Amino acid sequence: MENPLYSHFAQGREDSGRPLGRLRPNVVRLKDHPILEFPTGREVVFTFNGKEIQGIEGEPIAAALHAAGVRVLRHSPKLGRARGFFCAIGTCSSCLMTVDGVPNVRVCTEPLKQGMVVETQKGHGHLPID
Amino acid sequence: MREVDIAVIGAGPAGLAAALACGRSGATTLLVDYMDAPGGQLIKQTHKFFGSERQFAGTRGIQIPDIFINQLSKMPNVALMWGANASGYYADSGVLTLEDGGKFIKVKAKRVIIATGAAEKALAFENNDLPGVYGAGAVQTLMNVHGVKPGDRVLMVGSGNIGLIVSYQLIQAHVEVVALVEAAGCIGGYLVHAAKLRRAGVPILTSHTIVRALGEQTVRGAVVAQVDHSWQVKPGSEREVACDVICLAVGLTPLVDMMWQAGCEMRYVPALGGHVPVRDENMRASNPAVYVAGDAGGVEEASSAMISGEIAGISAAKSLGFEVEGADARLSQLKADLAAIRSGPTGEKICAGIERAMVCGGEW
Repeated sequence: MENPLYSHFAQGREDSGRPLGRLRPNVVRLKDHPILEFPTGREVVFTFNGKEIQGIEGEPIAAALHAAGVRVLRHSPKLGRARGFFCAIGTCSSCLMTVDGVPNVRVCTEPLKQGMVVETQKGHGHLPID
Repeated sequence: MREVDIAVIGAGPAGLAAALACGRSGATTLLVDYMDAPGGQLIKQTHKFFGSERQFAGTRGIQIPDIFINQLSKMPNVALMWGANASGYYADSGVLTLEDGGKFIKVKAKRVIIATGAAEKALAFENNDLPGVYGAGAVQTLMNVHGVKPGDRVLMVGSGNIGLIVSYQLIQAHVEVVALVEAAGCIGGYLVHAAKLRRAGVPILTSHTIVRALGEQTVRGAVVAQVDHSWQVKPGSEREVACDVICLAVGLTPLVDMMWQAGCEMRYVPALGGHVPVRDENMRASNPAVYVAGDAGGVEEASSAMISGEIAGISAAKSLGFEVEGADARLSQLKADLAAIRSGPTGEKICAGIERAMVCGGEW
């Protein structure tokens, strides 16, 4: 049954009747929100494990990664369980990554800058020693 | 070392209101927040506030921070610091430490008002650490602040106001809310929010909980089941739901680290979300230099936060001899407003919680 609230859905949505195994995130940047206007900042390029990704200057690194379809931010040190974001306000330590060589950066609140080198952290990370 | 009369930690609704009250009193005031812009959780609130005009009824949460900042930025006795993480408060010397752009800064403050808010609780179920299991606030931040869709199909867990509101906000962002599950037998939040979801066709499954998240590296589904009156899963009632985000709206817990550090008397009050500082009617903690405001003192809502923030601001300033004319009348009005907000049917639990968190007799 057509729900009128879903009628102007953003482009690219797949049919919701697909079988469980083939679901994948179809994350896109939001457009046409009924109340909010999203500021458009300068588009910048950064790397995630060597791969170039575009993001918006100043948004949290995790938001830029999420928009690019990256949801696994690290693996837990002992059991290797995939971890992503959880609280988005810098309090839960689920999202720690190494940014520009500095480990344990809370990417959910850290603002993105042009040329940042973002890497999946291995274990507890290594502090750069000058 | 910098010196101020009053340092307000956190620029959400409570901190903004506290700083404005301190600023008006003439005290030198520092308002700090670790985010690059003020507002705390207000920056995500697209719904219109209700209640009295004093608490911005009819105004959307996202518009409120500017209303405060417009006044605060004009006050010469008020300093605003964004992107500065308060890392500790040392009660023996009255020093607040801040991390600002990689530099370590010390500020000597005669009074501190701790308005650090609260954080999402997690829920125990198999695979609850899978990427795609997000706090409701996180989903709200991703969507409303950064304009990024959290996923395509969301299972919402929890029917308190946050679960209901975020579900509606997901729909506004054109994300499908597959269902909302609530372990209790009835909806926890205001029915005005639940009604919007029902009109949008979202199933609200009371007496249901999530048993397991499905997926290897990210969420691809969930198993939900019915629960009985003792919260036990009814065998045979499990069913699979396809989703790529499991949103947990199961409550918040106050962020009180600095109050522990300051040696404040703390008490565990489940109705308020966890450990909270014991306080008097003017929001003063057991340490006379420390005041608490907003969700850090007990999880309520933004309107209550603005009121308790102003109460803490006026009181902290008064304790230093800074008082504007009519401060006492204003304090009475604020306390009456707070009692009114807490007097509804959902406020009973909060009232009992506040009583437990209050020092005997309401005064130290």
